[in-house]
Amino acid sequence: MKSAVVVFPGSNRDGDIIRAIRAGTGHEPVKVWHADTELPAGTDLVVLPGGFSYGDYLRCGAIAGRANIMDAVRAHAARGGLVLGVCNGFQILVESGLLPGVLMRNSQLKFVCKMQHLRVERADTPFTNRYTTGQVIEVAIAHGEGNYIADEETVHQLEAEGRVAFRYCDADGQIGSRTNPNGSFNDIAGIYSSGFNVLGMMPHPENLIDPLVGGTDGLALFQSLVSGKPLAA
Amino acid sequence: MKARVTVTLKTGVLDPQGKAIEGALKSLGIDGVDSVRQGKVFDIELAGADKAAAEATLQAACEKLLANTVIENYRVEITG
Repeated sequence: MKSAVVVFPGSNRDGDIIRAIRAGTGHEPVKVWHADTELPAGTDLVVLPGGFSYGDYLRCGAIAGRANIMDAVRAHAARGGLVLGVCNGFQILVESGLLPGVLMRNSQLKFVCKMQHLRVERADTPFTNRYTTGQVIEVAIAHGEGNYIADEETVHQLEAEGRVAFRYCDADGQIGSRTNPNGSFNDIAGIYSSGFNVLGMMPHPENLIDPLVGGTDGLALFQSLVSGKPLAA
Repeated sequence: MKARVTVTLKTGVLDPQGKAIEGALKSLGIDGVDSVRQGKVFDIELAGADKAAAEATLQAACEKLLANTVIENYRVEITG
């Protein structure tokens, strides 16, 4: 499979994502600069990595969401191509209109940087087919603006269509305010597009691919990508 | 031509920063503050002297970048 990792000024997780894709899929991704207007021919997966694109100026992801390359990313998504946005990448996806809603300042106003349990809400998507539905995984979170909100109608639609990818939970998979690190509505940690080919998530699965650095619960997400196929609607 | 664009959070959108500022005002003993909502102000200088064209430019700027209309309202004023 061919992967492209988009690099914006201020991206800083591109190296971690590249390692994770290499480890999970066995293929070497290419970096694409934000000012480019085209993705490499035959790209199957586009990844928007974490970091602080444009210093989080204006709103997190706002300026990157309007970068040249995003037109090509939108066209790729419209063709059914896979797009993964992690952390700042998720913020860029909502700012660019590829996913609905907004990521607001964490409700406690603090940057949270810690390990966090997530519940895998479904295991039949191109991003999660190596997990099991309801599986609890432990990955890292590191963000100041991860408080997902959307209007009532949008949230209702996301829930009705099964488009919540991951929820914050405790080690037993229980959700509730105690385990929610940022005030995110319905404990949402990640969501899919209507075609399940775009995933945005605040946590960092790419950091948990090697037992040397604390766990491997994130690796299955990258191994899942090998199938490369969007979920049949 | 000069203009001021004000971007504010829509009613009902939780504003944790505004809440924190509200709390800080109370702790400073500044009484009589019911609530605080934080927003952004952009002072913009425009080329040209046509007011209608300037307003159209600013509206496009707001819709495309300055405001996230999912959660924010904006107001455009030509100031001079």
